[in-house]
Amino acid sequence: MTSEQNFEGVAIPVIAIGTALLLFSLFCAGVGASPGGVLASIYTAGFGSWYAWQNSLLRAAPLMLCGLATALPAQAGVITVGNEGAFVVGGLAAAAAGLATTSGPPLLCLAAMFLAGAVVGGAWIMLAAGLQYYRGVNAVISSLLLNYIGIALLLQLVEGPMRDPDSLNFPATFPLPLSHQLGRIPGTRIHYGLVFGVVACLLGWFLLERTVWGMKLKIAGGNARAAKLVGLPLGRIVLTAGFLGGACAGLAGMVEVAAIHGRASQAISAGYGYVGILVAFLSRQSPLRILVVSLILGAVLASGGSLQRTHDLPDATINVFEGLAFLSILASEALAGRLGFLTALFKPVSTEVADAKL
Amino acid sequence: MHGPARVEAICIGKTFGPVRALEGVNLTVPSGTFHAIVGENGAGKSTLAKCLLGFYRPDEGEVRLDGVPVSTPAEARRAGLGMVFQHFTLAPSLTVAENLVLARTDLPAILNWKKEKERLRTFLEHAPFQINLEDRVEHLAAGQKQKVEILKQLYLETRVLILDEPTSVLTPAEADEVMTVLNALVRKEALSVILITHKLREVMAFADDVTVLRRGRWVASCSVGSTSIPEISSLMVGNAPLREQSARTDMTAGGAVLEIQNLSVLGDHGLPAVKDLSLTLKAGEILGIAGVSGNGQRELVQAIGGQRDIASGEVRVAGKPFHGTRADIRECGVFTLPEEPLQNATVPGMSVAQNIALRTFDQAPTAKLGFLLDRGAIRRAATAAVERFSIRTPSIDTPIRNLSGGNVQRAVLARDLGARPPKIMVVANPCFGLDFAATGFVHNQLVELRNGGGSVLLVSEDLDELMKIADRIVVMSDGRIAHESTRAELDLAVVGRYMGGHE
Repeated sequence: MTSEQNFEGVAIPVIAIGTALLLFSLFCAGVGASPGGVLASIYTAGFGSWYAWQNSLLRAAPLMLCGLATALPAQAGVITVGNEGAFVVGGLAAAAAGLATTSGPPLLCLAAMFLAGAVVGGAWIMLAAGLQYYRGVNAVISSLLLNYIGIALLLQLVEGPMRDPDSLNFPATFPLPLSHQLGRIPGTRIHYGLVFGVVACLLGWFLLERTVWGMKLKIAGGNARAAKLVGLPLGRIVLTAGFLGGACAGLAGMVEVAAIHGRASQAISAGYGYVGILVAFLSRQSPLRILVVSLILGAVLASGGSLQRTHDLPDATINVFEGLAFLSILASEALAGRLGFLTALFKPVSTEVADAKL
Repeated sequence: MHGPARVEAICIGKTFGPVRALEGVNLTVPSGTFHAIVGENGAGKSTLAKCLLGFYRPDEGEVRLDGVPVSTPAEARRAGLGMVFQHFTLAPSLTVAENLVLARTDLPAILNWKKEKERLRTFLEHAPFQINLEDRVEHLAAGQKQKVEILKQLYLETRVLILDEPTSVLTPAEADEVMTVLNALVRKEALSVILITHKLREVMAFADDVTVLRRGRWVASCSVGSTSIPEISSLMVGNAPLREQSARTDMTAGGAVLEIQNLSVLGDHGLPAVKDLSLTLKAGEILGIAGVSGNGQRELVQAIGGQRDIASGEVRVAGKPFHGTRADIRECGVFTLPEEPLQNATVPGMSVAQNIALRTFDQAPTAKLGFLLDRGAIRRAATAAVERFSIRTPSIDTPIRNLSGGNVQRAVLARDLGARPPKIMVVANPCFGLDFAATGFVHNQLVELRNGGGSVLLVSEDLDELMKIADRIVVMSDGRIAHESTRAELDLAVVGRYMGGHE
């Protein structure tokens, strides 16, 4: 990664978030709340205390995994938004695998859930990536539609074949025994899903920046024609990137089942997959930045209830912020390559040659 | 306002980052003259043209048209400055008439085609040449397209026409025709012409005056009558030492190494671009493929390089089918370098160093333990390549898209001909956009590859280049091999006719 891209990778999200905050403040003022007060509440609810930090970290964990789900295929040149679908089918598969192995030791059961979630989630996004590479179907569209299919599949199964007859008004699968659920990091309320998320981001970074395979992936994403010219197996690279991305989302679904709900139900589709798309774009598809952005958005998500209590704002206010952030980040993509004037401010001599014809 | 205008560029300076593209350049084109600007690539010709047109705002100096300063594209357009680019700016799916009308900037919201066509016909009665207004542009030959571009400028009542290498996509005969038209227009006092070119023969035959630029500076201006091709060439190059030309060792070509058998390839629109083409490249030879661009050369090179599917037929290397996989490329030692390398052979957003490593990053020493990337090794290899191939870049970490065309070309050549040269090199227009010294350098590399027993398939639109280094030349026309001759028995007139598809 070049210094110019690094600079843009930080400057563009900062500009986007700044714009989103400004628009959000206008919105708050519009509905009669003090913008400063609302922003202060978001901060307090996200980072104001150790308790608040734990709330934020709990929400950051699935966001990290879901961010990677878009970022890894995007690095290979395939934009997918199927995170929610992969999350849900991953959770569903994990629940099935977990329930099938409850007779075994907890660690084995969790390993089975881990594998099932990752493989099924991976296959889900690989399908979208493969449809684009081999059949020319736009992966944004196909993965978006796969979300609906994934959620429908979840509802079908938890209301039908996998339903626990005791779950009366709220259909769900049989619960996992507490002993076979994913535990908490000692001394905290935070489950081990956070470790999965952090490790996945670090691994993702290592894979992309430090390995031969990561370079192949980035060549494929940077210019497919050049990748073909040097004989890289484009199809295999695209499918693998799709699989790894989907596996992360599926893993997030597994964590949601194994650590939060203890069973699969409609409740596991809580929108982390969709917010993951926002995380990936805010991070400009970089795994390390996903770590930071997930924490920030985790804090924003954690503050929803607090806004309701202290400012009498609806719970959905946070969705307004998310929407504004998404709009800003998409609009700010237009700034890529045009921040030369800012670079000049920070570095006395710009290293850009622009389009000087030497 | 009609008729030609006088153009003055006074002490123009333009800087891009650390690069001084133009410095104190003066240019005076008296009204109704034909002025040529020559210089090596990177001399600042195109930058100067863009300053004249207001696309670039010069850091220093001023552009005046008939004494009135011009500084924005809109002002330049109003003042009557127009440009014809090297590549066509016509909409291929529209007719000539539609292209001409749509070029107008003052179009009403609702077009009255009857009125517009009436106007066009009146205009054409006085035009220097005739063209069928209802022909679709995509069905026109390259020379005719360039004429439509000129017609468009006349229709827009351009008073000063700037042309940037307008003949590089034309056959020699077509180029002469276009130049003759321009010359006649100047003689009729219809406009002033500024021609940017590197073809000194055209300058001598058609221009009144010539200005020589070198490395962003004005070197000389004189009337064409008072100078000569050798004099202009030496002014363009300055006292830069020309590389010694590698001697071509006499060698008889060996057995076939690359065989193309009945190859058919579809073009971008699904129509056959390469048609049942067979060709054999032997060991120790440079086989040149001449032809006007757009006759299937691009698709042929892409098919060999694995960038385009083969519809039928086969490419065989050393007797075995070649599919362009990484293993094939490495075992057979076949590197392909298509034209427009930034789009086709690099990852524009990646650094110069990473792009130079594109063929070797997955092997030792850049790959450790088979999977770890040694970024130090990549940087060391890149530093050596930058040095050896004189790539001008702010640093090896600069994204390659920030380099000029000539330096991108050097970088990909450094990658392909550098540390581990191939046995067979398939290369398209490798010297496009390079200066004399670099062109000589590339030619030497290719000749040395051949002298060492390697083979080169050289696709080029530059006949001079082919005549200089190729052992055998075939002409490609309409997706087929139309003509073949050895270096010794080459007849330029015959080759030109085949290139034009006239035989």
